[in-house]
Amino acid sequence: MSIITENTITKEVLAKTFPSNEVMLDLKDLKKVYPTPKGDYVVLEDLNLQIRKEEFVTIIGHSGCGKTTMLSMIAGLNPISGGNIAVLGKHIKGPGPDRGVIFQAPSLMPWMTSLENVMLGVNQVFPHGTKSQRTDIAKYYLQKVGLEDSFHKKAAELSQGMQQRVGIARAFAIKPKVLLLDEPFGMLDSLTRGELQDILIEIWNKEKITAVMITHDVDEAIFLADRVVMMTSGPRAKIGDILEIDFKRPRTRKSVLEHDDYYKYRKHLIDFLEH
Amino acid sequence: MKASLTLGKVSKFMGLGFFITLKDLFTGKLEKEDLKSFLRKVVVPLASIILFIGLWHLGAKSLYNTEAEFKIAKALQDQGQAAADALKVCIASGDSSCQPNTLPSPAQVWESFQSLLRDHNIISADKAAFAEKTAALNEKRIAAGQDPIVYTGRPSFVDQIFRSLQTVFAGFFLAFLIAVPLGIFIGLSPTLKSAFNWFIQIFKPVSPVVWYLLVFMIVKTVLIGSSNDSSFTISFISVGLCSMWATLVNTAMGVSSVDKDYINVAKVLKLGTFQKIFKVVLPSSLPLIFTGLKITLSVAWMVLIAIELLAQSPGLGLFVWEEFQNGANDSNAKIIVAMFVIGIIGFLLDRLMLTIQNWVSFDKQDAI
Repeated sequence: MSIITENTITKEVLAKTFPSNEVMLDLKDLKKVYPTPKGDYVVLEDLNLQIRKEEFVTIIGHSGCGKTTMLSMIAGLNPISGGNIAVLGKHIKGPGPDRGVIFQAPSLMPWMTSLENVMLGVNQVFPHGTKSQRTDIAKYYLQKVGLEDSFHKKAAELSQGMQQRVGIARAFAIKPKVLLLDEPFGMLDSLTRGELQDILIEIWNKEKITAVMITHDVDEAIFLADRVVMMTSGPRAKIGDILEIDFKRPRTRKSVLEHDDYYKYRKHLIDFLEH
Repeated sequence: MKASLTLGKVSKFMGLGFFITLKDLFTGKLEKEDLKSFLRKVVVPLASIILFIGLWHLGAKSLYNTEAEFKIAKALQDQGQAAADALKVCIASGDSSCQPNTLPSPAQVWESFQSLLRDHNIISADKAAFAEKTAALNEKRIAAGQDPIVYTGRPSFVDQIFRSLQTVFAGFFLAFLIAVPLGIFIGLSPTLKSAFNWFIQIFKPVSPVVWYLLVFMIVKTVLIGSSNDSSFTISFISVGLCSMWATLVNTAMGVSSVDKDYINVAKVLKLGTFQKIFKVVLPSSLPLIFTGLKITLSVAWMVLIAIELLAQSPGLGLFVWEEFQNGANDSNAKIIVAMFVIGIIGFLLDRLMLTIQNWVSFDKQDAI
């Protein structure tokens, strides 16, 4: 399998698919090094990736290849060893609410209700709104994820799936420029996972927030993404291949599964992962 | 129905779940499948209490006989047959002047408990009479700018219990005020942690007696020239300083070990320092802070007895010590009464903390 360079793909895709050509997220020569007693361990090297506005990108690769490292560097939670990351042309400095994160574990404050958890972010981002405006925003997103009956339930009382719904609401409610999702459904059973994928894509269709999502699940990667980015195995991981998913939006699971190209895409990804 | 439901909830909340089973028993609501839980929660504890009292009774009786025989044998050796016979008669008659001095039996302890209550009633009545008698005079004295005349009689057992509780709560409050904020700062800042670590490690194991002496040296000089009795001040400060370490260490640990996920959320949302501490760090470390506070309160109650004794500050500790020095016939029984009172109050204090914890913290604890 040939590894296509990222530039040719970008040009090709820019030309035909996307209404917006603006680059939202730009990773340039990104490098991550962890010093160890036996010398430096290079996790990522020469990693280049451009993600356009309103694009949904999924990242797939073997465990331990550095996907999560890359994502947490974009979030600003992990320092950059070399190269840079820019959001709308501005280099990032540390974490900030312009890059919302949905973590692998729901990471809700268990002592707060679901509404309070969402409000925690909303209060930060819209400090000038009135209290009732902010509450309305939080409630709107909780409704969107199907939690209209659980505003005042403590996070600790919710099931794992419900907690992750609050996580989704919290991330969208702060209206970030980029949404980063670190295997958000990895801990859920497959039924709940399907449900949450539907919820996620439904909100996303409305908000069109540029999204980068890590996943281990080939079907999830195809169903959600405009492009699937495949990372090579570490050390010195980089972008191995990029697959463009040419399904129309809004998509339904059924239409995707019945599409002629579905198995072609699937084979492409599995071939990459098995080599 | 509604009221009883609330009672059940409250009992469970306070870690006193056996109340529910007891209530069900009396209201006839107990189902067959509840029988096992009834046996375990009510019958077994009751049986063990009865067994305990029985063993205590037998043990006390055997010790009593040993002591009595020894006394008679000694009288025989020192003073001859006539004195020994007289002593035997005297012991058998139950006369208080010649009773063997040993572990009192449960019945004697119960009797002493009642006599302490009677004593309390007498003293209370005395106090009330005194207050009535001096009321008019005191009003005049206050009007004239003089100090009122206060009751200076001996405190009753119940007064001493309340005095001890005052001391322990004052000490606990002091420990809370010092240890929680300091623990938060130490937990948040690795620099402060290394600055204070040697201090904590060295002072944590120091014994209550030494703390008392240290506080005595300082307070005595600070309050120099003051006519007020400093024994209360000295004892509550000592209690606080002795007991605060568990809270300090647990708070620091709780604050420094907040789940990384929560910290990441705070970072992504760019919460300010104040918000980060009050919305994320503190709530998440509350369970550990409360573990510390619970240990602090029980340590405070434990060292209180020793410190009151040293400080000559009125309270249960001093009561125990005075009864021991007193050596009256029922002194031993009174000491055992004090022991039970101390134990039961300690248990109630622990439950009080558990109740507050379940009310405040997100992490619901079951009683052990």
